[in-house]
Amino acid sequence: MNNLNLVFPEIFISLSVMFLLILGVFKKDSSQLTFNLSLVTILVAIILTVNETFSVNRITLFNESIVIDQMASLMKIITLIGAFLVLGISSSYLKSFKIFKIEYPILILSSVLGMMIMISSNDLMAFYMGLELQSLALYVLATFNRDQLKSSEAGLKYFVLSALSSGLLLYGCSLIYGFSGSTNFDVIANQLTSNEYALTFGIVFILVGLAFKISAVPFHMWAPDVYEGSPTTVTLFFTMVPKIAALTVFIRFLYVPFLNLIDQWQMIIVFLSIASMIFGAIAAIGQTNIKRLVAYSSIGHIGYTLAGLASGSNDGIQSSIIYISIYVVMNLALFSCLLMLKRNDQYYEDIDDLSGLSKNHPLLSLSLLIILFSLAGIPPLAGFFAKFYVFKAVIEQSMYFLAIVGLLSTVIAAFYYLRIIKIIYFDKEKEKYDSDHGIWLKFSLTFSTILILLYFIFPSQLIEVVSRIIII
Amino acid sequence: MDFPILSSLILLPIVGALFLFFTKDKDGNNLTAKYVALFVTIVNFLISIYLWISFDQTTSSFQFVEERVWIKDFINYKVGVDGISILFILLTAFITPLCIVSVNNTVKNRLRDFLIAILIMESFMIGVFCALDLVVFYLFFEAGLIPMFLIIGIWGGPKRVYSAFKFFLYTLLGSVLMLVAIISIYWISGTTDVIKLYELGIDAKYQNLLWLAFFSSFAVKTPMWPVHTWLPDAHVEAPTAGSVLLAAILLKMAGYGFIRFSLGLFPLASEVFTPLVYTLSVIAIIFTSFIALMQEDMKKLIAYSSVAHMGFVTLGIFTLQQQGIEGSIIQMLSHGLVSAALFLCVGVVYDRMHSRLIKSYGGIVTIIPKYSILFMLFTLAALGLPGTFGFVGEFLILMGAFKDNFLVAVIASFGVILGAAYMLWLYKRVVFGKLVNEDLKQMVDLNRSEYLILICLAVPTLFFGFYPEPLFNTIEVSVSDLINMHKLNIASK
Repeated sequence: MNNLNLVFPEIFISLSVMFLLILGVFKKDSSQLTFNLSLVTILVAIILTVNETFSVNRITLFNESIVIDQMASLMKIITLIGAFLVLGISSSYLKSFKIFKIEYPILILSSVLGMMIMISSNDLMAFYMGLELQSLALYVLATFNRDQLKSSEAGLKYFVLSALSSGLLLYGCSLIYGFSGSTNFDVIANQLTSNEYALTFGIVFILVGLAFKISAVPFHMWAPDVYEGSPTTVTLFFTMVPKIAALTVFIRFLYVPFLNLIDQWQMIIVFLSIASMIFGAIAAIGQTNIKRLVAYSSIGHIGYTLAGLASGSNDGIQSSIIYISIYVVMNLALFSCLLMLKRNDQYYEDIDDLSGLSKNHPLLSLSLLIILFSLAGIPPLAGFFAKFYVFKAVIEQSMYFLAIVGLLSTVIAAFYYLRIIKIIYFDKEKEKYDSDHGIWLKFSLTFSTILILLYFIFPSQLIEVVSRIIII
Repeated sequence: MDFPILSSLILLPIVGALFLFFTKDKDGNNLTAKYVALFVTIVNFLISIYLWISFDQTTSSFQFVEERVWIKDFINYKVGVDGISILFILLTAFITPLCIVSVNNTVKNRLRDFLIAILIMESFMIGVFCALDLVVFYLFFEAGLIPMFLIIGIWGGPKRVYSAFKFFLYTLLGSVLMLVAIISIYWISGTTDVIKLYELGIDAKYQNLLWLAFFSSFAVKTPMWPVHTWLPDAHVEAPTAGSVLLAAILLKMAGYGFIRFSLGLFPLASEVFTPLVYTLSVIAIIFTSFIALMQEDMKKLIAYSSVAHMGFVTLGIFTLQQQGIEGSIIQMLSHGLVSAALFLCVGVVYDRMHSRLIKSYGGIVTIIPKYSILFMLFTLAALGLPGTFGFVGEFLILMGAFKDNFLVAVIASFGVILGAAYMLWLYKRVVFGKLVNEDLKQMVDLNRSEYLILICLAVPTLFFGFYPEPLFNTIEVSVSDLINMHKLNIASK
């Protein structure tokens, strides 16, 4: 227990979750207070993570079930920053729906805690524990607008399907434990020789469970409904933060214990990747609701992230991480715009509501233009570089088919992004929307849009940070 | 290090655009915005003139080279010019201010945004012509899609949405394969630096596939038959200034790409695929000329004639003869001036009568004589009359083609006749004949700005038609070295 300081962020978050819960129960009208304290909690956790773990190369704790390495600390920081911003911009949205309650920040905090455990897990048990902690919090978050039918439906759907996938995942875990005799990733890695095929069964089940969590095709069915039904800020949270954690687990699970079985799982990942890219691109074309469209587009983007993973190299892993980081920023920007489509406390989320936006809100439309072109992967915006690094890694491994299919599906995907731009810029205008937005929204939109627009000036910095992540 | 003249050429329009962005957008005639844009582009033109004057014509190596680390251990931002690219930069810097003057009459709403789009477009196009790194080139090449998409989509005609989408998706589809090829080159050769790649050469066994990937992008952008169909739509719907930029400069990116990358990087594959390019070029020349004959819309006719002219260009490039390639470059420059002028001419009558159909005009020669004379000049230049700029390029291309392949040259020569046919017939129907419509009498002749633009285009068209020597001096060494290098590569195999 010498290195307990490495898990200070997790300990701190869990203590403050308990404290806030008690505070919320005993003090009346404490929602604003809880809210602010949660923001402070996340901020402190970020500082703790940077301070305690950022320079650590690789240390394991708690009987090697928790690992702190470069990937863990970087991904935790991204997760925390994402959660911080989401929580920040949530308040005005929740207030206008009159669901500004103490539970919201606490649930976000506990799901973040779960994700941090997932990110650091080096053992199937720890991993499953983190996963369930975050999932349970997310189920409740999805139904947070409980008086709305759609929100309840979303939560229920998410709960049922997610429970099913957790079941599959557990089954996979038990198979792996049965055939390797351990739940620890490092130990499993040494036990691979004997029961290769049996272990592959386990891998497949776990991959199914994980693919479900990141909504890769063909395990994506829940995503559009849940994204549409959940409160918008929760949808934002869904599209950003849990994906980072799930991707980290994906990487660690595939590359630490099962690197030698790469022949077995590579094809699966390639398939998931291609299916997600193509399906995400095609299914998004017909959507009319922006949140549903984002759901399909996020399926597509997960496909690109998986393409980097499939390459089986450090470059590939790094490119996936770069991709997901840039994607998180783009998503944050997109949802900030979406949350600005408000008129008299009513939020609008149909694509048609964007019609002619450029006449009345030139700056907002310009940001949307930049964000959408970036999502479509047009240079010189950040989204292009994200794709560029992924395909660079993919082509390094001579996986030309994957690269070409991926790039062709960007062309299909470009169509629906262009369609939104067309509606914003070429169509007739509608009524004005409110133009007084909270400081959080303005900040997150400006910050993320500038990051997307000017990323090309300093592309090396992100690479340098990420290149410290060496898994293989 | 010297003053970074190329980077300032690229950056200046963006700075201008930023400045415009922070000015107030007024409806109607926004003079401030226009003067700012005009000032910036004229300064840019003067810089590029200075660039041309201080350019050393005796060497084929790249000059004014700037290199900075961009993505560490991977890509350097590298720009530079040689005899081939410098003239395209000059052309871009020359055409853009004319476009800005021409918006006077065509763009009614959101003038400031339009000017911003044009300025950004200019900097991307200059970037394309001086990029010396494949990734940097790709970046500029693709980034140009965004402003052009908006120019067509926001300020275009009634079918603008369809055309903008078609333009965007066609070119994007073509380009993604090039991206795969660029990344593959990085892994094969370890660099994307064009100068280093020229020295290293690319392994013969990869060349064919890589060539095809680049070809898919350039063929769409050129555009070559049968992937030319986006061009007429885009031209017809784009506002005049957009059509001018598209015809004068955007189409030249691909021709330039063929010379710089297809020939320079993949000499063996270029040899292999010459018959393919010949076939497509000849089909483009003959087939689209016939289509042009049948057009009822003036802009469409000129768009198809552009396809035919670009057919000559690709034909000339792949003759791999000194005359052929020089002719292609000259043809691209002359087409840049002449097609820009023709689109402006169409714009002039369209602004007055709001019709682009040929049949709604006729007998306007006495009503607007100044216009008719200038239109005549550009018509003749487009069909390649000796003494105009159009002749020089076409003649050299055919000469190069005769040296390389007699049959192709003969067929292509028919294209010249067809070109004369559709251009003269267009002119006859629009300008001469009976007055078809009483309304036409209301037409006023060229106003000051239109006059200025067309004269500005007419002077170089005539001057370089009689005396193309300065241009040849600039390109000669670079082209002959390119061909020598090419021959060496073939021989060493």
